[in-house]
Amino acid sequence: MTTSFILNGKKVEVTAESDAILLWTLRERLHLTGTKYGCGISQCGACTIHLDGNPVKACIMPLSAVEGKEVTTIEGLSHNNSHPLQKSWISEQVPQCGYCHSGQIMQAAALLKKNPKPNRDEIIKHMNPVLCRCGTYTRIMKAIEKTIQNS
Amino acid sequence: MENELKENTISRRKFLKRSGGLTFLVAGIGIPAFVWKKEESAENNVQISAWVHLSTDGTVTIYNPAAEMGQGTMTALPAIIAEEMDADWSKVKIEHSPVEPKIYGIPWGGGGRGGSMLTVGSRSVSGHFENLRQSGAQVRFVLMSNVAEKWGVNIDELETQPGMVIHPKTGKKISYGEIASFAKFPEEIPEIPTNKLKKVSEFRLIGKDFQRYDIPEKVNGSAIYSIDIQVPNMVYGMINRSPVNGTKPELNNEAELRKIPGVIEIVNLDYGIGFIANSIEAAQQAKYTADINWKGQTKADNHNSQSAYKEYETLAESGNSGSMVASSGDFSREIPNTRKVIQADYKNDYVYHAQMEPLNAVAWVKDGEAEVWAGTQGTDGARSAIANHLGIDFKAVNLHPCYLGGGFGRRSMNDFVLEAVDLSKAVNLPVKLIWTRTDDIQFGAFRPISLQRLEAGIDASGQIKAWKHVVVGTGGGLLGSGADIPFYDIPNKHIEVRNIDHGVRTKHWRAVGHGPNKFAIETFVDEIAIDQKTDPLELRRQLMKNHPRELKVLETVAKMSDWGGKIPQGRARGIGFAERSDSLAAGVCEISLDRKSGKIKVHKIWCALDAGIVVHPDNAKAQVEGSLVMGLSSVMLESITFENGEVQQNNFHDYPILRMEDAPERIDIEIIPSIERPTGIGEAGLPFMGAIVSNAFASLTGKRLRHMPFTPEKVLELLG
Ligand code: FES
Ligand code: FES
Repeated sequence: MTTSFILNGKKVEVTAESDAILLWTLRERLHLTGTKYGCGISQCGACTIHLDGNPVKACIMPLSAVEGKEVTTIEGLSHNNSHPLQKSWISEQVPQCGYCHSGQIMQAAALLKKNPKPNRDEIIKHMNPVLCRCGTYTRIMKAIEKTIQNS
Repeated sequence: MENELKENTISRRKFLKRSGGLTFLVAGIGIPAFVWKKEESAENNVQISAWVHLSTDGTVTIYNPAAEMGQGTMTALPAIIAEEMDADWSKVKIEHSPVEPKIYGIPWGGGGRGGSMLTVGSRSVSGHFENLRQSGAQVRFVLMSNVAEKWGVNIDELETQPGMVIHPKTGKKISYGEIASFAKFPEEIPEIPTNKLKKVSEFRLIGKDFQRYDIPEKVNGSAIYSIDIQVPNMVYGMINRSPVNGTKPELNNEAELRKIPGVIEIVNLDYGIGFIANSIEAAQQAKYTADINWKGQTKADNHNSQSAYKEYETLAESGNSGSMVASSGDFSREIPNTRKVIQADYKNDYVYHAQMEPLNAVAWVKDGEAEVWAGTQGTDGARSAIANHLGIDFKAVNLHPCYLGGGFGRRSMNDFVLEAVDLSKAVNLPVKLIWTRTDDIQFGAFRPISLQRLEAGIDASGQIKAWKHVVVGTGGGLLGSGADIPFYDIPNKHIEVRNIDHGVRTKHWRAVGHGPNKFAIETFVDEIAIDQKTDPLELRRQLMKNHPRELKVLETVAKMSDWGGKIPQGRARGIGFAERSDSLAAGVCEISLDRKSGKIKVHKIWCALDAGIVVHPDNAKAQVEGSLVMGLSSVMLESITFENGEVQQNNFHDYPILRMEDAPERIDIEIIPSIERPTGIGEAGLPFMGAIVSNAFASLTGKRLRHMPFTPEKVLELLG
């Protein structure tokens, strides 16, 4: 089965079995490994990508469901870490193991696109689906707040 | 300079074969240093260590011997070398060191060279500190002596600034890169005496804020974990493992599974069945369709974790004695002489590591060689385990260390690495083995369950005269850490561990026994304080009065949090103290309670830390933040339960870990300035978390939480 979609601004066609999952397709068929596997059941947010601008979990998304749509992964978020969130993530020194942060940043980027000035409660509500075992939540909050201030 | 070592491994050869510049192979203390030249005997390589490569363009490459699992040592360790060699930090590049324990390992207890490369127990900075300073200073010496010779001046007239040797008398300067183009090595590099190393006040990097090296690639998805490795012709492996530890598999529908499109091979393992396929989806389908009988009676069969507490109580009451952790005075003799005896039991369920990157590895076994990519806390241990497993030489194993998406102790085991090797061997192809999250939980190796019985005898003046702590649980050696209380002066102490082997897998989990034990100890101290109508801070002050360093940590957190000051309506605070990996930490938290739902909210945490010289303060704070939050998660939410030997949890829906909504709104950390040797930081904030929440809860409600985790159900039950 062939699926065509826009990936990070470029048209791609992928031929795979009909049970192919978007997450594994990005990672293993297209070698875009920035999007991570954490749970496979929409519980951790490590696999968060943007589908037509909305944050979705790639681990539960069949490849066939993105036919004709626009997919953005962490690799497509910016060139050279130039997204304001990436800059704040660096200046606040947020990541530890770093494994969750593709998902964290993609989740936060989707929020700021829709709502450039969210309050603390809105940020918490929006970021809650993305787990961080290393416990970087307070720095994530600081980095998002800093991004909002700087904008 | 081209260096080649015939007898060495692939990675080592690649590592030494760098064009241009100098590789500094600097001796261990008291060992002569050699420069690698082609004609030199390869035997020397066990005696020297290679830490720094200097290019003629001034780039300084420093090799990191420790696993990077989020704790930031890949930045902190090179910073120690860079400090003493006076490198320009902006020109420093960091790479993994080869997996050569004789060169890059450290002995247990630190100091010296050679030992294990295992990254555990927060020992990286403390264990490498002296050596790396020496190595950095020796590199600086080589650079300066070359310049002295070239300029015809005495070496004592030279100084360094970052990346430069200078001659103040004449104002002449030369960059390290330029020196690399002509430098020769002395036959022997002397050990630089400690008094010639920089003084703490002269540090330019250590103790200052600089950025972590790995962060830029961790915000754009380019950091490579083993799960990201792509090898041509790679196939995928998944495994069904025994649900009850020790049972053996018998596959009933092999023919059916082989018909699944994409399935390449089915492999019988000792404790599971492996499925190899050309996609993860196909491997997963085989895994989920497999019909397996699990055979054999095992010790774990009868294990029911919730009823195990009854056995523990019986064992705690019995006259049995287990292994002593510490004892002084005579508890049994003194206890009848005290005025009042206080006793309490504390419990903690099993907890799971839940590192965000599930276990995985990529292995390629071919003609008596193996190439493996793994995120492991023990690169050298993994390398020799693979060699032993395949019956090949250590040198025939090329292990590529990758970033770890969290370790917390789980990645100090090599089970997942050897599984990938077994699967690859079965098909002669590179195999990426992935554990599902459910695999990772159900085949986890947990921080053990335990029951802690504490007993204290108080004399007429309100002093604690006798103290008994019996830890009963499973997991043997994992139970005792942190049970001792050397900083509390109590004349008669009896601290003991009693173990029951349930036959289930247990393992070190961040801070090991300190989590449960400090929960029990620091909660019990508060219970005594309440009984004695003393402020819990005051009681600890008395107990610690002869331990000024510990006391200072306690006083600092009291001041930071304004202990005894005004607290918002509906809130309360708890205090606690703990040592871990020789670091000292004290914490205070402020909580509120939703009495309807039973949910406790921790609003703020204050933490004071004395960790000796802190190499990288901002990262040290990040580690403390992380250990507080991970500790809080385990205290509030986490519980693995066994029924008839089977783990009952499957994924994050039934093993919740802390989410952003439950993270503290504020965490304040103060690092106490020090010139003492560095101690371990990565776990220091975790141990007291259970106690400070329980203590705050008692202050708020008058009721005592004594069983972790403090779930809303337990809270409601307690409140009645
Ligand atoms: S991997 Fe998709 S939400 Fe966890
Ligand atoms: S930084 Fe490790 S899981 Fe978030």
